[in-house]
Amino acid sequence: MASRNNPIELEPREPIPSGSALRSRATRRATDTLGAWRSDGAARWLFIWPAVLLILALSVFPLVTSIALSVSQLAFSEGGVHLDFTGFTNYQQLLFGLQSSEFIGVLKAPTPLGWAVILATVGLTAAAWVRAARGGQVRPIGLILRLLGGLFLCLMVVLLVRTLLSDGGRPGSVVVTIIFVLVGIALQYVLGLGLAILAVQQVPWRRFFRILFLIPLTITPVGIGYMFLMMTDTSKGPLEPIWVALGLRDFTWVTDPWLARIAVIIGDTWQWTPFVFIVLLAALESLDQEVKEAALVDGASRWQSFRHITVPALLPVTTTIVLIRIIEGFKIIDMPNILLGGGPGTATESMTLQAYLAWNTLNVGRSAAIAYLLLILVSIVATTYVSFVRRRVTDFA
Amino acid sequence: MPVSRFRTLAPAIGLIVILAGCGSATTPAPTAPAASTPPAASAPASAAAGTSAAPAGTPGTKFAGANINILTFNGPQIAEPLQRRAPDWEKLTGGHVNIVAVGFQTIYDKALLDASTGTNSFDGYVFDPQWMGDFVGPGYLADLTAREKNDPQLNQQDIVPFFRDYNSTYNGKNYTIPLDGDFLMVYYRSDLLAKDGLKPPETWDDYLTIAQKYNGQDLNGDGTPDYGSCIAEKKGAQSYWWIINIAAGLLQSKGTSQGAFFDTTNMNPLLGTNDAMTLALQTYAKAGTFGPPDGLNMDVGGSRGLFTTGRCALTLDWGDVGTQAPGTYAQDKTGAVISPGWKQVLDRSTGKLVPCDPTTCPDAVNGVNHAPFAAFGGWSGAVNAKAPAANQDAAYDFLSYMSAPAQSSIDVTLGKTGFNPYRTSQFTNSAPWLAAGLSQAATDNYLGAIKDSLSNPNFVLDLRIPQTKQYEQDVLDTAIAQYLAKQTDETATEQAISDGWNQITTQVGKDKQLAAYISSLGVQK
Repeated sequence: MASRNNPIELEPREPIPSGSALRSRATRRATDTLGAWRSDGAARWLFIWPAVLLILALSVFPLVTSIALSVSQLAFSEGGVHLDFTGFTNYQQLLFGLQSSEFIGVLKAPTPLGWAVILATVGLTAAAWVRAARGGQVRPIGLILRLLGGLFLCLMVVLLVRTLLSDGGRPGSVVVTIIFVLVGIALQYVLGLGLAILAVQQVPWRRFFRILFLIPLTITPVGIGYMFLMMTDTSKGPLEPIWVALGLRDFTWVTDPWLARIAVIIGDTWQWTPFVFIVLLAALESLDQEVKEAALVDGASRWQSFRHITVPALLPVTTTIVLIRIIEGFKIIDMPNILLGGGPGTATESMTLQAYLAWNTLNVGRSAAIAYLLLILVSIVATTYVSFVRRRVTDFA
Repeated sequence: MPVSRFRTLAPAIGLIVILAGCGSATTPAPTAPAASTPPAASAPASAAAGTSAAPAGTPGTKFAGANINILTFNGPQIAEPLQRRAPDWEKLTGGHVNIVAVGFQTIYDKALLDASTGTNSFDGYVFDPQWMGDFVGPGYLADLTAREKNDPQLNQQDIVPFFRDYNSTYNGKNYTIPLDGDFLMVYYRSDLLAKDGLKPPETWDDYLTIAQKYNGQDLNGDGTPDYGSCIAEKKGAQSYWWIINIAAGLLQSKGTSQGAFFDTTNMNPLLGTNDAMTLALQTYAKAGTFGPPDGLNMDVGGSRGLFTTGRCALTLDWGDVGTQAPGTYAQDKTGAVISPGWKQVLDRSTGKLVPCDPTTCPDAVNGVNHAPFAAFGGWSGAVNAKAPAANQDAAYDFLSYMSAPAQSSIDVTLGKTGFNPYRTSQFTNSAPWLAAGLSQAATDNYLGAIKDSLSNPNFVLDLRIPQTKQYEQDVLDTAIAQYLAKQTDETATEQAISDGWNQITTQVGKDKQLAAYISSLGVQK
């Protein structure tokens, strides 16, 4: 087969075949195709199925098992444990019951600013959907998905507004997690991009700084948590002299919910910025410099070059980085747990931390239910994000 | 990026999303350790640092070949004495013991899952006797009644009746061996109060008055303002015990059998919607205003550090402060007193507070109703009923060895062990205390405060019914944390506790829980 397909290794030219020769060749081709099929089939069995089985065993089976856990209550009995089926009680408690104030938050009537945000979101979402529908380029199923995505977006904005932009409202672990993800990723991307741009410049100590910027990524998150725990301690920590010199002896990060969240975001940003940095650095170094030089020769400013050449070129990498950080960010637990135990109160309690705390008291059903709701949230956000950026990336391409 | 490349990327991105989701859902309990739970460590006891000299004589053979695993708290307290003394026991018996030390938040679920799933990787536990409600019912713990009674090494009669008859029993049978005696007490700076002619606080109002007086003053001569009161307020730490302790004197006045957690006639939560809980919450929050600014993130380790460095006038703690004071600024400046009480008590029928009188508070002293709270109950050893018989014997013997007077009388005097006195001989023999660095006066004061608590007929037993951990460490702790952080007011906090506790009670079964609660209060030996 190899020689037959290789134009270099040409076989001797054959005479023009007769009718019987044609039949013979057709039979041989069919046999070869069958052999190839058999070969592909064997490859499938040999190489693909083990991986599929492994994924089934490690991911899908536990996924299904955890569904069972999320609709059950764990009970201990002579000789083992058993699960009492409780239906959707765990979900009901989290979304509408006793745990809703901790999970969803305390919802209050929006302030005028809150109403403005809600109306603007609904208006823009509706306008985008109508434009897509009128454009005629989106299939019906696409329109339905966009409608669902728009409704989800509006729901999230209403949740954010009624807990953050309202009188007496309080965010629950869902909103707190979203805040950590949105603010954290934005900061990490901006800082990571800035550091990457600096690191590609021909500056002294360039290699040293590259390694230095990477160090936080190599430290275990638990270690980072304890390090920030000490650094944010203004009365006893290693930075105490600095805090005192700044007149902040009695200042504390832990009594105000927003200061506590900021402390968590700072720690998380310190930990994850190097990841963004290293990926963007690789992307920047692989850029075709001739294009930028040509633009500069044509009179483009550095900003124009960055805006119209660098940014579009980084967009595919950016898409992937942000997606990975979204998925990882939603699972944040180390920093809020070690730094503040989810406190003050429940101000820094993320969804994963709430699930962990439920597990600690062996409330496995609630823990699994939180994990499933997290899975749904991450899946919707990530899918919506990919759908959203896909068109932009395509347009730039 | 060309469209085709993106299309190639899209399925990969989708796969990442799915796998990430799987990861989230299939790991409902992330293994990341909590703030107070450094990574688990399984340390062979023989490798423990600070090993004491091995007993003289030839190695014993009583448990030759036995290799046992004991699960406990990584402290470093609690694990320390077990690791330090294990080589001595190994030499005496020929057995080998591994002390598996994990974070506090992990012990309960690790032990319970290990036993319930039949893994049985631990032969014994040194844990919270409060959890017996979840362990004894399914038969995970060995009945030690006969062993303890007939064990000359243990000398059971030397153990103070409270710890022997209540703390180590469940439904009338012994399931644990006491290694530690726990009561919450108030510690005060004896030098300051003596200088100003003040008496130690008798009531919580006294406590707040003294705390206010000293707050902001330089209490240790380092030129910086210090604090009137240091009571830990951190979530996921000890806050729920502190609020129970403050409320106890308002909730229970007619002896231990009255109970301070639930009304024994209908299982209604007492730490719920009533005036007593409102006052207790306000008192806890008020005490916090006389403490360090980061009190909301301070656990008992932080408050001990502040008190022993002379930065606090008052603190609330177990017996550990007394044994940690020697060698610190607080040496010979530390006084201990029975936990303050109240001059009023809850009328359970109305939910209102009424003044203490001989009828409402029959055990009141000077009109003050004290209700010393045996928070946690003290670290105790238990044996896994499903462990091999030989390992059960060895595990029991090791725990008995740890509790024996020869070992425990020394260990309870050392701050690094985390163990507090629980034997009669430990209250009568001052020598080990003096050897540990306490003065005679400090020893008398410290042991006197514990004896006052133990002899009070109105002491409050910690909750010990199925799902205790959910009642206290989930519902109560979360509600208190939200209140202290000003996320909720008194009314909302009380309602959250009441609703949460009622929900657990309903899930487990009201009659079952009520029976378990009454049973836990009615110990008669």
